[in-house]
Amino acid sequence: MSQHESNAHSSPGCGAHACNCAGESEAELLEVPLTDGPIDPEIEAATRREFLCIVAGCAAALTVGGCSEITHTNFFQKRFRELGPEERASVIAGLEKEYSERFGKAVTVSTQPAREDVQFGYALDISRCIGCRRCVYACVKENNQSRDPQVHWIRVLEMDKEAGIDFEHANAYYDAETVPRPGHFYLPTACQQCDNPSCVKSCPVGATWKEPDGIVVIDYDWCIGCRCCMSACPYGARHFNWTDPSLPSEEMNPETHYLGNRPRMKGVVEKCTFCVQRTRQGRYPACVEVCPVGARKFGNLSDPNSEIRYILEHKRVFVLKNELNTRPRFFYFYGL
Amino acid sequence: MRTLSALVLTLAGSLAAACGSHTQAPRWSSIDSGAAPASTQDIEVPPPPFSEGVFPCTDCHDPELPFNPKPRKLQMAHQDIVLQHDAEHRWCLDCHSATERDKLHLASGELVDFTESYKLCGQCHGDKYRDWRAGVHGRRSGMWDGHKSYLLCVNCHNAHSPAFKPLQPKPPPPRPHGGDQ
Repeated sequence: MSQHESNAHSSPGCGAHACNCAGESEAELLEVPLTDGPIDPEIEAATRREFLCIVAGCAAALTVGGCSEITHTNFFQKRFRELGPEERASVIAGLEKEYSERFGKAVTVSTQPAREDVQFGYALDISRCIGCRRCVYACVKENNQSRDPQVHWIRVLEMDKEAGIDFEHANAYYDAETVPRPGHFYLPTACQQCDNPSCVKSCPVGATWKEPDGIVVIDYDWCIGCRCCMSACPYGARHFNWTDPSLPSEEMNPETHYLGNRPRMKGVVEKCTFCVQRTRQGRYPACVEVCPVGARKFGNLSDPNSEIRYILEHKRVFVLKNELNTRPRFFYFYGL
Repeated sequence: MRTLSALVLTLAGSLAAACGSHTQAPRWSSIDSGAAPASTQDIEVPPPPFSEGVFPCTDCHDPELPFNPKPRKLQMAHQDIVLQHDAEHRWCLDCHSATERDKLHLASGELVDFTESYKLCGQCHGDKYRDWRAGVHGRRSGMWDGHKSYLLCVNCHNAHSPAFKPLQPKPPPPRPHGGDQ
């Protein structure tokens, strides 16, 4: 909530808008039915809006001055899925302008939707992975993660060959002259894009959901930073921005997606999106292309001729923490 | 001297580290239609990573001259090649053609270009070859639903010493709160 509060304090004079907002009819709020999440989103949306309006009203009462258009737009922006075509275009134009000014280059923010007949799936060959962490840093570069403090969406776990898969004794902090280290194997983890995602169910504001192509995404402008999703995720795949993310302009990837790698703000949660900005254009994710041993495989589960289907049909495949019934879209296999 | 060289030099080319290929202009070629599933016909492979100056082999190896098929320690050239590929049972001419020096040959005697060396590798490593054709063994880049590029076997595996070389890992993530554990 801190993000919204700070917006409120920095946007004096919003009282009038707050009043309008409070008068919004419930029918208007119900335009787009939301299906995810355990809380009735209709009730939730209404109560949240009222609360924000109260906060905004208080802030306005305490301060005197003008209200910038951008701040107002941000503050009263609906959740992404509720935006109409015009509202969406206006929001995107605002974001592109803001990011382009901030980073000194032409930044695009895509809203490309899921393609029909595409169900994304991922497979990782743990008999090949050597734990070199090239994927970790390719991901950071592609997806505009914070450089300081570092945010990594991929975590490579080193495990003992004798012990097998054992998360309790896995080591993510290994360092060595060369990898693989004798007697060890490596198990990279990231968001498993579950078909039964506990993170989505735990979000109290409906800021995260599963897209039709299987990618679990986050609306950063709607995330309140409560971190319920982080505690619900059994894979440690979600990461919180405790501070303002630092992203040097020269390292910023200007090709972004609204639900993916656009710059994040302090106080929101982020995670792997299968490089939504790339994969919805038909490209491989960045981690797939960088992997020096070719351990990472990606494709369309609906296409019987895809690589991913070949793996599922011909290799020994497993998912992590199968017993939790999260039904991951991220498969591990033995290619040897 | 030229005769002696031709007798001694039986290896057609030595393979550089992957970076060696970057010095060449990319000459991507399509792999044959039988090498991929129907949905992924649009596939490219990069040129093989020759060391600087070793190709064409006929620049040094005169095909008219007699050749020495005996395994021995090379002294005139190609001393940099370390054969760690079932070396006990293998010698240069098992893969390199003695008569067509710029080509490789299969067990059947059929000649293949260096750009199709995967056919040669696939004679013994049939399981890997099948997986590679399906896109499961080896790295691919490009589009998951369209134009993509494979790497040849020899872009990752030095044909003379094919075990994948260990790499230096990128730095570990910072520990939370700078703690020790």
